[in-house]
Amino acid sequence: MSSWLPKSEAGRRWLGLAPSYFVIGIFMLVPMIIMGVFSFLEPNPYGGVKPVGSLDAYVKLFFEYDLEDNLVFNPGYLNIILRSFQLSFGATLLCLIFGFPVAYYITLQPENRRNFYIYLITIPFWTNLLIRTFAWIIILGRGGVIETPLLAAGIIEDSLRMMYTDGAIAIGLTYSYLPLMVLPIYASLEKLDFRLLEAASDLYANRFEIMTKVVIPLCKPGIIAGCILVFIPCLGAFIAPNLLGGGKKLMLGSLVQFQFASARNWPFGSALSMLLLSAVVVTLIFYARAARKREVMEGSA
Amino acid sequence: MSAQMQQLSSGRKGRKALPVGHYRGLGSWAVVFFIFLYLPIVVLIFYSFNANRMVMNWGGFGFDWYLKAFQNDDIQQAVWNSLIVATVSTIVATAIATMGALVLARGGSFRGKTVSLGLITLPLMVPEIVTAVAVLIFFSAIHLNWGLGNVIIAHITFCIPFAFMPIRARLEGMDTSLEQAARDLYASPWEAFRYVTVPLLMPGIVAGAMLSFVISMDDFIITLMVGGAGSTTLPVYIYSMIRRGLTPEINAVSTLLLLVSIAIVTAYWILSKKTET
Repeated sequence: MSSWLPKSEAGRRWLGLAPSYFVIGIFMLVPMIIMGVFSFLEPNPYGGVKPVGSLDAYVKLFFEYDLEDNLVFNPGYLNIILRSFQLSFGATLLCLIFGFPVAYYITLQPENRRNFYIYLITIPFWTNLLIRTFAWIIILGRGGVIETPLLAAGIIEDSLRMMYTDGAIAIGLTYSYLPLMVLPIYASLEKLDFRLLEAASDLYANRFEIMTKVVIPLCKPGIIAGCILVFIPCLGAFIAPNLLGGGKKLMLGSLVQFQFASARNWPFGSALSMLLLSAVVVTLIFYARAARKREVMEGSA
Repeated sequence: MSAQMQQLSSGRKGRKALPVGHYRGLGSWAVVFFIFLYLPIVVLIFYSFNANRMVMNWGGFGFDWYLKAFQNDDIQQAVWNSLIVATVSTIVATAIATMGALVLARGGSFRGKTVSLGLITLPLMVPEIVTAVAVLIFFSAIHLNWGLGNVIIAHITFCIPFAFMPIRARLEGMDTSLEQAARDLYASPWEAFRYVTVPLLMPGIVAGAMLSFVISMDDFIITLMVGGAGSTTLPVYIYSMIRRGLTPEINAVSTLLLLVSIAIVTAYWILSKKTET
Protein backbone atom coordinates (compact mmCIF):
# COMPACT_ATOMS: atom_id res chain seq x y z
CA MET A 1 0.00 0.00 0.00
CA SER A 2 2.73 2.39 0.96
CA SER A 3 5.40 0.98 -1.30
CA TRP A 4 5.55 4.15 -3.38
CA LEU A 5 6.63 6.17 -0.37
CA PRO A 6 10.35 6.86 -0.04
CA LYS A 7 12.04 4.46 2.34
CA SER A 8 14.15 6.89 4.31
CA GLU A 9 12.86 9.27 6.96
CA ALA A 10 14.43 12.26 5.21
CA GLY A 11 12.90 11.27 1.88
CA ARG A 12 9.41 11.11 3.35
CA ARG A 13 10.00 14.38 5.14
CA TRP A 14 10.84 16.27 1.98
CA LEU A 15 8.03 14.61 0.09
CA GLY A 16 5.62 15.95 2.71
CA LEU A 17 7.03 19.44 2.56
CA ALA A 18 7.52 19.57 -1.21
CA PRO A 19 4.00 20.79 -2.09
CA SER A 20 4.22 23.64 0.44
CA TYR A 21 7.66 24.61 -0.85
CA PHE A 22 6.47 24.40 -4.42
CA VAL A 23 3.33 26.51 -4.03
CA ILE A 24 4.61 29.16 -1.63
CA GLY A 25 8.05 29.21 -3.21
CA ILE A 26 6.86 29.58 -6.81
CA PHE A 27 3.80 31.72 -6.23
CA MET A 28 4.95 33.91 -3.38
CA LEU A 29 8.73 33.97 -2.90
CA VAL A 30 9.67 34.08 -6.59
CA PRO A 31 7.06 36.79 -7.32
CA MET A 32 8.49 38.91 -4.50
CA ILE A 33 12.01 38.53 -5.90
CA ILE A 34 10.76 39.49 -9.37
CA MET A 35 9.04 42.49 -7.80
CA GLY A 36 12.36 43.49 -6.25
CA VAL A 37 14.02 43.27 -9.69
CA PHE A 38 11.20 45.24 -11.31
CA SER A 39 11.73 48.08 -8.87
CA PHE A 40 15.15 48.65 -10.51
CA LEU A 41 13.81 48.76 -14.07
CA GLU A 42 12.25 51.46 -16.23
CA PRO A 43 8.48 51.68 -16.57
CA ASN A 44 6.66 50.88 -19.74
CA PRO A 45 3.97 53.53 -20.25
CA TYR A 46 1.37 50.85 -21.03
CA GLY A 47 2.04 48.89 -17.86
CA GLY A 48 4.83 46.43 -17.28
CA VAL A 49 8.51 47.29 -17.54
CA LYS A 50 11.29 47.87 -20.04
CA PRO A 51 14.37 45.73 -19.46
CA VAL A 52 16.55 48.76 -18.73
CA GLY A 53 18.15 49.18 -15.34
CA SER A 54 17.25 52.35 -13.51
CA LEU A 55 17.07 53.81 -10.04
CA ASP A 56 14.29 56.18 -11.06
CA ALA A 57 11.65 54.38 -9.01
CA TYR A 58 13.57 55.01 -5.80
CA VAL A 59 14.60 58.53 -6.80
CA LYS A 60 10.93 59.27 -7.39
CA LEU A 61 10.23 58.67 -3.71
CA PHE A 62 12.04 61.89 -2.84
CA PHE A 63 12.64 63.89 -6.01
CA GLU A 64 10.99 64.90 -9.21
CA TYR A 65 12.32 66.38 -12.45
CA ASP A 66 11.41 70.03 -13.03
CA LEU A 67 10.91 71.62 -16.46
CA GLU A 68 14.63 71.97 -17.02
CA ASP A 69 15.26 68.34 -16.10
CA ASN A 70 16.83 69.18 -12.76
CA LEU A 71 16.16 66.99 -9.75
CA VAL A 72 14.20 68.89 -7.14
CA PHE A 73 13.05 67.62 -3.79
CA ASN A 74 9.41 66.55 -3.86
CA PRO A 75 7.85 65.85 -0.48
CA GLY A 76 4.58 64.57 -2.01
CA TYR A 77 5.24 60.86 -1.72
CA LEU A 78 7.26 61.26 1.43
CA ASN A 79 4.23 62.89 3.03
CA ILE A 80 2.02 59.95 2.07
CA ILE A 81 4.56 57.54 3.54
CA LEU A 82 4.85 59.64 6.66
CA ARG A 83 1.08 59.84 7.01
CA SER A 84 0.82 56.07 6.63
CA PHE A 85 3.18 55.65 9.54
CA GLN A 86 1.38 58.27 11.62
CA LEU A 87 -2.06 56.82 10.97
CA SER A 88 -0.85 53.26 11.58
CA PHE A 89 0.82 54.36 14.79
CA GLY A 90 -2.30 56.24 15.88
CA ALA A 91 -4.57 53.31 15.09
CA THR A 92 -2.26 50.94 16.99
CA LEU A 93 -2.35 53.24 20.01
CA LEU A 94 -6.14 53.50 19.84
CA CYS A 95 -6.41 49.72 19.61
CA LEU A 96 -4.18 49.38 22.66
CA ILE A 97 -6.08 51.92 24.75
CA PHE A 98 -9.39 50.49 23.68
CA GLY A 99 -8.44 46.84 23.70
CA PHE A 100 -6.24 46.36 26.75
CA PRO A 101 -8.93 47.03 29.41
CA VAL A 102 -11.28 44.68 27.56
CA ALA A 103 -8.68 41.90 27.41
CA TYR A 104 -8.14 42.43 31.13
CA TYR A 105 -11.86 42.47 31.83
CA ILE A 106 -12.30 39.15 30.01
CA THR A 107 -9.52 37.58 32.09
CA LEU A 108 -11.49 38.41 35.24
CA GLN A 109 -14.57 36.50 34.04
CA PRO A 110 -15.37 32.85 34.80
CA GLU A 111 -14.05 30.47 32.17
CA ASN A 112 -17.13 29.64 30.09
CA ARG A 113 -18.00 33.30 29.80
CA ARG A 114 -14.40 34.10 28.83
CA ASN A 115 -14.63 31.72 25.87
CA PHE A 116 -17.84 33.33 24.75
CA TYR A 117 -16.31 36.81 24.84
CA ILE A 118 -13.37 35.59 22.79
CA TYR A 119 -15.80 34.12 20.30
CA LEU A 120 -17.56 37.49 20.08
CA ILE A 121 -14.25 39.21 19.39
CA THR A 122 -13.17 36.76 16.70
CA ILE A 123 -16.48 36.86 14.78
CA PRO A 124 -15.92 40.32 13.21
CA PHE A 125 -12.34 39.37 12.44
CA TRP A 126 -13.46 36.48 10.24
CA THR A 127 -16.12 38.44 8.41
CA ASN A 128 -15.44 40.42 5.30
CA LEU A 129 -13.36 43.52 5.98
CA LEU A 130 -14.65 45.34 2.90
CA ILE A 131 -18.24 44.96 4.07
CA ARG A 132 -17.47 46.03 7.63
CA THR A 133 -15.63 49.11 6.37
CA PHE A 134 -18.49 49.90 4.01
CA ALA A 135 -20.80 49.89 7.03
CA TRP A 136 -18.77 52.76 8.47
CA ILE A 137 -19.74 54.88 5.46
CA ILE A 138 -23.37 54.46 6.53
CA ILE A 139 -22.44 55.38 10.10
CA LEU A 140 -20.12 58.32 9.48
CA GLY A 141 -21.38 59.59 6.15
CA ARG A 142 -23.50 62.60 5.29
CA GLY A 143 -27.00 61.84 6.51
CA GLY A 144 -25.70 58.70 8.22
CA VAL A 145 -26.47 57.02 11.49
CA ILE A 146 -24.57 59.53 13.65
CA GLU A 147 -25.54 62.73 11.85
CA THR A 148 -29.24 62.19 11.26
CA PRO A 149 -30.37 62.11 14.92
CA LEU A 150 -28.06 65.00 15.81
CA LEU A 151 -29.46 67.08 12.96
CA ALA A 152 -33.02 66.18 13.86
CA ALA A 153 -32.47 67.13 17.49
CA GLY A 154 -30.96 70.43 16.42
CA ILE A 155 -27.66 69.75 18.18
CA ILE A 156 -25.77 70.35 14.96
CA GLU A 157 -26.91 72.51 12.06
CA ASP A 158 -24.69 71.33 9.27
CA SER A 159 -23.03 68.07 8.24
CA LEU A 160 -20.14 67.12 10.49
CA ARG A 161 -18.09 66.14 7.44
CA MET A 162 -16.60 63.12 9.16
CA MET A 163 -16.03 61.14 5.99
CA TYR A 164 -12.90 61.50 3.86
CA THR A 165 -10.78 62.65 6.79
CA ASP A 166 -7.76 61.17 8.52
CA GLY A 167 -10.02 60.64 11.52
CA ALA A 168 -12.36 58.44 9.50
CA ILE A 169 -9.40 56.40 8.26
CA ALA A 170 -8.08 56.05 11.82
CA ILE A 171 -11.49 54.83 13.04
CA GLY A 172 -11.67 52.39 10.14
CA LEU A 173 -8.18 51.03 10.82
CA THR A 174 -8.80 50.75 14.56
CA TYR A 175 -12.03 48.93 13.90
CA SER A 176 -10.47 46.61 11.32
CA TYR A 177 -7.65 45.33 13.47
CA LEU A 178 -8.94 45.66 17.04
CA PRO A 179 -9.36 41.87 17.50
CA LEU A 180 -5.69 41.42 16.61
CA MET A 181 -4.80 43.58 19.61
CA VAL A 182 -7.15 42.01 22.14
CA LEU A 183 -6.41 38.35 21.39
CA PRO A 184 -2.63 38.25 22.08
CA ILE A 185 -3.01 40.48 25.14
CA TYR A 186 -5.71 38.17 26.45
CA ALA A 187 -3.49 35.15 25.73
CA SER A 188 -0.72 36.54 27.92
CA LEU A 189 -3.06 37.89 30.63
CA GLU A 190 -4.68 34.49 30.90
CA LYS A 191 -1.41 33.05 32.16
CA LEU A 192 -1.07 35.81 34.75
CA ASP A 193 -0.88 34.50 38.31
CA PHE A 194 -3.37 36.62 40.22
CA ARG A 195 -1.66 35.82 43.52
CA LEU A 196 1.08 38.20 42.40
CA LEU A 197 -1.45 41.03 42.45
CA GLU A 198 -2.46 40.11 45.97
CA ALA A 199 1.17 39.95 47.01
CA ALA A 200 1.70 43.43 45.58
CA SER A 201 -1.34 44.65 47.44
CA ASP A 202 -0.07 43.14 50.69
CA LEU A 203 3.14 45.05 50.11
CA TYR A 204 1.14 48.29 50.05
CA ALA A 205 0.99 48.81 46.29
CA ASN A 206 -2.09 50.80 45.33
CA ARG A 207 -4.35 49.85 42.43
CA PHE A 208 -2.50 52.05 39.98
CA GLU A 209 0.87 50.60 40.96
CA ILE A 210 -0.45 47.06 40.72
CA MET A 211 -1.50 47.78 37.16
CA THR A 212 1.64 49.61 36.02
CA LYS A 213 4.24 47.64 37.99
CA VAL A 214 2.82 44.12 38.01
CA VAL A 215 0.15 43.49 35.38
CA ILE A 216 1.52 45.50 32.46
CA PRO A 217 5.15 44.34 32.74
CA LEU A 218 3.99 40.72 32.97
CA CYS A 219 1.83 40.88 29.87
CA LYS A 220 4.29 42.96 27.88
CA PRO A 221 4.91 40.14 25.37
CA GLY A 222 1.20 40.11 24.55
CA ILE A 223 1.10 43.89 24.25
CA ILE A 224 4.09 43.94 21.90
CA ALA A 225 2.68 41.09 19.81
CA GLY A 226 -0.68 42.86 19.61
CA CYS A 227 0.90 46.15 18.57
CA ILE A 228 2.86 44.45 15.78
CA LEU A 229 -0.13 42.46 14.57
CA VAL A 230 -2.09 45.71 14.28
CA PHE A 231 0.68 47.95 12.98
CA ILE A 232 1.76 45.80 10.02
CA PRO A 233 -1.62 45.40 8.33
CA CYS A 234 -2.43 49.08 9.03
CA LEU A 235 0.67 50.14 7.12
CA GLY A 236 -0.40 48.22 4.03
CA ALA A 237 -4.11 48.94 4.42
CA PHE A 238 -6.02 49.55 1.23
CA ILE A 239 -9.71 49.26 2.06
CA ALA A 240 -9.98 51.84 4.88
CA PRO A 241 -8.06 54.65 3.10
CA ASN A 242 -9.87 53.86 -0.13
CA LEU A 243 -13.44 53.80 1.18
CA LEU A 244 -13.24 56.13 4.19
CA GLY A 245 -10.50 58.40 2.86
CA GLY A 246 -12.30 58.66 -0.45
CA GLY A 247 -9.18 57.66 -2.39
CA LYS A 248 -7.78 61.17 -1.97
CA LYS A 249 -6.16 60.67 1.41
CA LEU A 250 -3.72 58.06 0.20
CA MET A 251 -1.76 55.66 2.34
CA LEU A 252 1.09 53.38 1.29
CA GLY A 253 -1.22 50.46 0.50
CA SER A 254 -3.57 52.49 -1.67
CA LEU A 255 -0.62 54.25 -3.32
CA VAL A 256 0.81 50.87 -4.35
CA GLN A 257 -2.54 49.76 -5.74
CA PHE A 258 -2.86 53.05 -7.63
CA GLN A 259 0.51 52.52 -9.35
CA PHE A 260 -0.65 49.21 -10.78
CA ALA A 261 -4.31 49.90 -11.45
CA SER A 262 -4.25 53.47 -12.81
CA ALA A 263 -0.83 55.13 -13.00
CA ARG A 264 0.75 52.14 -14.72
CA ASN A 265 4.14 52.76 -13.17
CA TRP A 266 5.07 49.24 -12.15
CA PRO A 267 8.66 49.95 -11.06
CA PHE A 268 7.50 52.74 -8.75
CA GLY A 269 4.73 50.51 -7.37
CA SER A 270 7.32 47.77 -6.84
CA ALA A 271 9.68 50.19 -5.09
CA LEU A 272 6.85 51.26 -2.78
CA SER A 273 6.08 47.60 -2.06
CA MET A 274 9.74 46.99 -1.25
CA LEU A 275 9.61 49.93 1.14
CA LEU A 276 6.51 48.47 2.79
CA LEU A 277 8.14 45.08 2.98
CA SER A 278 11.29 46.46 4.59
CA ALA A 279 9.18 48.30 7.19
CA VAL A 280 7.59 44.95 8.03
CA VAL A 281 10.96 43.22 8.23
CA VAL A 282 12.35 45.93 10.54
CA THR A 283 9.29 45.62 12.78
CA LEU A 284 9.62 41.84 12.93
CA ILE A 285 13.35 42.02 13.70
CA PHE A 286 12.56 44.45 16.51
CA TYR A 287 9.99 41.95 17.78
CA ALA A 288 12.37 38.98 17.55
CA ARG A 289 15.07 40.92 19.40
CA ALA A 290 12.66 41.92 22.14
CA ALA A 291 11.57 38.30 22.48
CA ARG A 292 15.17 37.06 22.64
CA LYS A 293 16.12 39.70 25.20
CA ARG A 294 13.21 38.58 27.33
CA GLU A 295 14.29 34.95 27.03
CA VAL A 296 17.82 35.83 28.10
CA MET A 297 16.55 37.82 31.06
CA GLU A 298 14.18 35.09 32.13
CA GLY A 299 16.90 32.51 31.64
CA SER A 300 19.34 34.34 33.89
CA ALA A 301 16.73 35.13 36.54
CA MET B 1 -7.27 39.85 59.53
CA SER B 2 -8.50 36.46 58.42
CA ALA B 3 -11.61 37.99 56.90
CA GLN B 4 -9.44 40.32 54.94
CA MET B 5 -7.30 37.44 53.76
CA GLN B 6 -10.36 35.58 52.63
CA GLN B 7 -11.57 38.55 50.69
CA LEU B 8 -8.20 38.91 49.01
CA SER B 9 -7.82 35.29 48.08
CA SER B 10 -11.27 35.18 46.54
CA GLY B 11 -9.96 37.96 44.29
CA ARG B 12 -11.17 36.63 40.97
CA LYS B 13 -14.71 35.81 41.90
CA GLY B 14 -15.98 38.23 44.54
CA ARG B 15 -16.99 41.36 42.68
CA LYS B 16 -18.96 43.41 45.14
CA ALA B 17 -16.15 44.72 47.32
CA LEU B 18 -13.97 45.43 44.28
CA PRO B 19 -11.16 43.09 45.24
CA VAL B 20 -7.52 43.36 44.22
CA GLY B 21 -7.06 43.42 40.48
CA HIS B 22 -10.52 44.76 39.77
CA TYR B 23 -11.03 48.27 38.49
CA ARG B 24 -14.08 50.45 38.35
CA GLY B 25 -15.52 51.10 34.91
CA LEU B 26 -13.99 48.01 33.29
CA GLY B 27 -17.41 46.50 32.65
CA SER B 28 -18.81 49.64 31.04
CA TRP B 29 -15.62 49.95 28.96
CA ALA B 30 -16.21 46.41 27.71
CA VAL B 31 -19.83 47.26 26.86
CA VAL B 32 -18.70 50.26 24.80
CA PHE B 33 -16.09 48.05 23.15
CA PHE B 34 -18.60 45.45 22.05
CA ILE B 35 -21.01 48.11 20.81
CA PHE B 36 -18.17 49.57 18.71
CA LEU B 37 -17.34 46.10 17.40
CA TYR B 38 -20.89 45.17 16.43
CA LEU B 39 -22.42 48.53 15.53
CA PRO B 40 -21.31 48.37 11.86
CA ILE B 41 -22.58 44.81 11.47
CA VAL B 42 -25.95 45.66 13.01
CA VAL B 43 -26.27 48.85 10.93
CA LEU B 44 -25.39 46.97 7.76
CA ILE B 45 -28.00 44.28 8.34
CA PHE B 46 -30.63 46.80 9.46
CA TYR B 47 -30.29 48.94 6.34
CA SER B 48 -30.47 45.89 4.06
CA PHE B 49 -34.20 45.86 4.81
CA ASN B 50 -34.54 49.47 3.69
CA ALA B 51 -37.16 49.76 0.98
CA ASN B 52 -35.78 53.08 -0.25
CA ARG B 53 -33.43 53.45 -3.21
CA MET B 54 -30.87 55.35 -1.14
CA VAL B 55 -29.09 53.45 1.62
CA MET B 56 -29.27 56.22 4.17
CA ASN B 57 -32.85 57.40 3.67
CA TRP B 58 -35.09 55.02 5.51
CA GLY B 59 -38.11 54.21 3.36
CA GLY B 60 -39.78 51.47 5.32
CA PHE B 61 -39.12 47.82 5.92
CA GLY B 62 -38.93 45.45 2.99
CA PHE B 63 -37.17 42.54 1.34
CA ASP B 64 -37.08 44.31 -2.04
CA TRP B 65 -33.32 44.45 -2.24
CA TYR B 66 -32.85 40.80 -1.41
CA LEU B 67 -35.20 39.89 -4.26
CA LYS B 68 -33.36 42.26 -6.54
CA ALA B 69 -29.99 40.78 -5.55
CA PHE B 70 -31.22 37.24 -6.21
CA GLN B 71 -32.38 38.23 -9.67
CA ASN B 72 -29.14 39.97 -10.57
CA ASP B 73 -27.20 37.79 -13.03
CA ASP B 74 -23.88 39.48 -12.27
CA ILE B 75 -24.26 38.73 -8.57
CA GLN B 76 -25.13 35.12 -9.31
CA GLN B 77 -22.04 34.82 -11.49
CA ALA B 78 -19.90 36.42 -8.77
CA VAL B 79 -21.30 34.05 -6.14
CA TRP B 80 -20.49 31.09 -8.38
CA ASN B 81 -16.96 32.34 -8.97
CA SER B 82 -16.46 32.86 -5.24
CA LEU B 83 -17.73 29.37 -4.43
CA ILE B 84 -15.58 27.72 -7.10
CA VAL B 85 -12.46 29.60 -6.01
CA ALA B 86 -13.06 28.98 -2.31
CA THR B 87 -13.88 25.28 -2.75
CA VAL B 88 -10.94 24.43 -4.99
CA SER B 89 -8.47 26.53 -2.98
CA THR B 90 -9.68 25.02 0.29
CA ILE B 91 -9.32 21.43 -0.90
CA VAL B 92 -5.85 21.93 -2.38
CA ALA B 93 -4.55 24.16 0.44
CA THR B 94 -5.83 21.80 3.15
CA ALA B 95 -4.20 18.79 1.49
CA ILE B 96 -0.88 20.62 1.16
CA ALA B 97 -1.08 21.98 4.69
CA THR B 98 -1.89 18.54 6.14
CA MET B 99 1.20 17.02 4.52
CA GLY B 100 3.36 19.88 5.75
CA ALA B 101 1.91 19.75 9.26
CA LEU B 102 2.49 15.98 9.54
CA VAL B 103 6.17 16.50 8.77
CA LEU B 104 6.64 19.57 10.92
CA ALA B 105 4.71 18.31 13.95
CA ARG B 106 5.74 14.63 13.80
CA GLY B 107 8.99 14.52 11.87
CA GLY B 108 11.13 15.30 14.92
CA SER B 109 13.69 18.06 14.62
CA PHE B 110 15.69 18.30 11.44
CA ARG B 111 17.73 20.82 9.53
CA GLY B 112 15.55 23.32 7.75
CA LYS B 113 12.60 22.96 10.11
CA THR B 114 12.56 26.61 11.14
CA VAL B 115 12.97 27.70 7.54
CA SER B 116 10.09 25.44 6.46
CA LEU B 117 7.88 26.83 9.20
CA GLY B 118 8.80 30.35 8.17
CA LEU B 119 8.03 29.63 4.54
CA ILE B 120 4.62 28.15 5.28
CA THR B 121 3.64 31.10 7.48
CA LEU B 122 5.16 33.66 5.06
CA PRO B 123 1.80 34.63 3.55
CA LEU B 124 0.66 35.72 7.03
CA MET B 125 3.62 38.05 7.46
CA VAL B 126 3.64 39.85 4.11
CA PRO B 127 1.08 42.67 3.77
CA GLU B 128 -1.74 41.60 1.50
CA ILE B 129 -1.22 44.43 -0.97
CA VAL B 130 2.42 43.35 -1.47
CA THR B 131 1.38 39.75 -2.11
CA ALA B 132 -1.27 40.98 -4.54
CA VAL B 133 1.15 43.12 -6.50
CA ALA B 134 3.92 40.51 -6.54
CA VAL B 135 1.58 37.80 -7.83
CA LEU B 136 0.18 40.19 -10.43
CA ILE B 137 3.71 40.94 -11.69
CA PHE B 138 4.57 37.25 -11.71
CA PHE B 139 1.52 36.17 -13.71
CA SER B 140 2.10 38.91 -16.24
CA ALA B 141 5.82 38.06 -16.51
CA ILE B 142 5.13 34.40 -17.31
CA HIS B 143 2.06 35.32 -19.41
CA LEU B 144 -0.29 33.14 -17.42
CA ASN B 145 -3.89 33.93 -18.34
CA TRP B 146 -6.06 31.26 -16.84
CA GLY B 147 -8.72 33.68 -15.64
CA LEU B 148 -10.25 32.12 -12.58
CA GLY B 149 -7.27 29.72 -12.46
CA ASN B 150 -4.95 32.62 -11.64
CA VAL B 151 -7.20 33.62 -8.77
CA ILE B 152 -7.32 30.05 -7.49
CA ILE B 153 -3.51 29.75 -7.52
CA ALA B 154 -3.18 32.97 -5.51
CA HIS B 155 -5.85 31.83 -3.06
CA ILE B 156 -4.23 28.43 -2.52
CA THR B 157 -1.00 30.21 -1.61
CA PHE B 158 -2.42 32.40 1.14
CA CYS B 159 -4.85 29.74 2.42
CA ILE B 160 -2.05 27.27 3.22
CA PRO B 161 -1.00 28.89 6.55
CA PHE B 162 -4.62 29.25 7.69
CA ALA B 163 -5.24 25.56 7.06
CA PHE B 164 -1.86 24.65 8.50
CA MET B 165 -2.22 26.23 11.95
CA PRO B 166 -5.20 24.29 13.35
CA ILE B 167 -3.93 21.02 11.85
CA ARG B 168 -0.51 21.48 13.42
CA ALA B 169 -2.05 22.48 16.76
CA ARG B 170 -4.20 19.36 16.70
CA LEU B 171 -1.22 17.13 15.85
CA GLU B 172 0.88 18.59 18.63
CA GLY B 173 -1.90 18.06 21.15
CA MET B 174 -2.42 14.45 20.03
CA ASP B 175 -1.13 11.52 22.01
CA THR B 176 1.20 9.30 19.96
CA SER B 177 0.55 6.28 22.21
CA LEU B 178 -2.51 5.20 20.21
CA GLU B 179 -0.48 5.07 17.03
CA GLN B 180 2.21 3.12 18.83
CA ALA B 181 -0.44 0.72 20.14
CA ALA B 182 -1.67 0.15 16.60
CA ARG B 183 1.89 -0.57 15.47
CA ASP B 184 2.36 -2.99 18.37
CA LEU B 185 -0.76 -4.80 17.20
CA TYR B 186 0.89 -5.40 13.82
CA ALA B 187 -0.68 -2.54 11.87
CA SER B 188 1.52 -1.48 8.98
CA PRO B 189 2.68 2.18 9.07
CA TRP B 190 0.10 2.93 6.42
CA GLU B 191 -2.71 1.22 8.37
CA ALA B 192 -1.75 2.99 11.56
CA PHE B 193 -1.82 6.28 9.69
CA ARG B 194 -5.04 5.57 7.83
CA TYR B 195 -7.07 4.09 10.68
CA VAL B 196 -5.63 5.85 13.73
CA THR B 197 -3.87 9.12 12.86
CA VAL B 198 -6.27 10.40 10.20
CA PRO B 199 -9.50 9.91 12.22
CA LEU B 200 -7.90 11.56 15.25
CA LEU B 201 -6.61 14.40 13.10
CA MET B 202 -9.94 14.94 11.34
CA PRO B 203 -11.24 17.76 13.61
CA GLY B 204 -8.03 19.69 12.91
CA ILE B 205 -8.34 19.14 9.18
CA VAL B 206 -11.98 20.23 9.18
CA ALA B 207 -11.13 23.32 11.22
CA GLY B 208 -8.28 24.19 8.86
CA ALA B 209 -10.53 23.72 5.84
CA MET B 210 -13.19 25.97 7.38
CA LEU B 211 -10.74 28.77 8.05
CA SER B 212 -9.34 28.50 4.50
CA PHE B 213 -12.82 28.64 3.07
CA VAL B 214 -13.75 31.75 5.05
CA ILE B 215 -10.46 33.47 4.23
CA SER B 216 -10.83 32.67 0.54
CA MET B 217 -14.49 33.75 0.40
CA ASP B 218 -13.62 37.05 2.08
CA ASP B 219 -10.47 37.92 0.20
CA PHE B 220 -10.74 41.14 -1.69
CA ILE B 221 -7.44 42.88 -2.44
CA ILE B 222 -5.56 39.94 -3.93
CA THR B 223 -8.53 38.93 -6.08
CA LEU B 224 -9.03 42.53 -7.19
CA MET B 225 -5.44 42.78 -8.42
CA VAL B 226 -4.97 39.28 -9.80
CA GLY B 227 -8.40 38.56 -11.26
CA GLY B 228 -9.10 40.01 -14.65
CA ALA B 229 -12.45 40.61 -16.29
CA GLY B 230 -14.66 37.55 -16.02
CA SER B 231 -13.15 36.36 -12.75
CA THR B 232 -15.06 38.71 -10.47
CA THR B 233 -15.72 37.23 -7.05
CA LEU B 234 -18.42 38.45 -4.69
CA PRO B 235 -16.25 40.85 -2.62
CA VAL B 236 -14.82 42.37 -5.81
CA TYR B 237 -18.33 42.76 -7.17
CA ILE B 238 -19.46 44.40 -3.92
CA TYR B 239 -16.55 46.83 -4.24
CA SER B 240 -17.63 47.77 -7.76
CA MET B 241 -21.18 48.28 -6.47
CA ILE B 242 -19.93 50.61 -3.74
CA ARG B 243 -18.02 52.63 -6.31
CA ARG B 244 -21.09 52.95 -8.52
CA GLY B 245 -23.31 54.32 -5.76
CA LEU B 246 -24.77 53.21 -2.49
CA THR B 247 -27.98 51.21 -2.76
CA PRO B 248 -29.40 48.82 -0.17
CA GLU B 249 -28.66 46.02 -2.64
CA ILE B 250 -25.06 46.20 -1.42
CA ASN B 251 -26.32 45.72 2.13
CA ALA B 252 -28.48 42.77 1.13
CA VAL B 253 -25.63 40.96 -0.64
CA SER B 254 -23.19 41.86 2.14
CA THR B 255 -25.55 40.59 4.81
CA LEU B 256 -25.76 37.22 3.09
CA LEU B 257 -21.97 36.96 2.79
CA LEU B 258 -21.65 38.03 6.43
CA LEU B 259 -24.08 35.35 7.59
CA VAL B 260 -22.18 32.65 5.68
CA SER B 261 -18.92 33.65 7.41
CA ILE B 262 -20.56 33.86 10.84
CA ALA B 263 -22.18 30.44 10.36
CA ILE B 264 -18.88 28.82 9.38
CA VAL B 265 -16.91 30.45 12.21
CA THR B 266 -19.58 29.47 14.72
CA ALA B 267 -19.43 25.88 13.49
CA TYR B 268 -15.65 26.04 13.82
CA TRP B 269 -15.94 27.39 17.35
CA ILE B 270 -18.37 24.67 18.44
CA LEU B 271 -16.19 22.03 16.81
CA SER B 272 -13.01 23.24 18.51
CA LYS B 273 -14.80 23.41 21.88
CA LYS B 274 -15.98 19.84 21.49
CA THR B 275 -12.55 18.53 20.64
CA GLU B 276 -11.00 20.30 23.60
CA THR B 277 -12.97 18.28 26.11
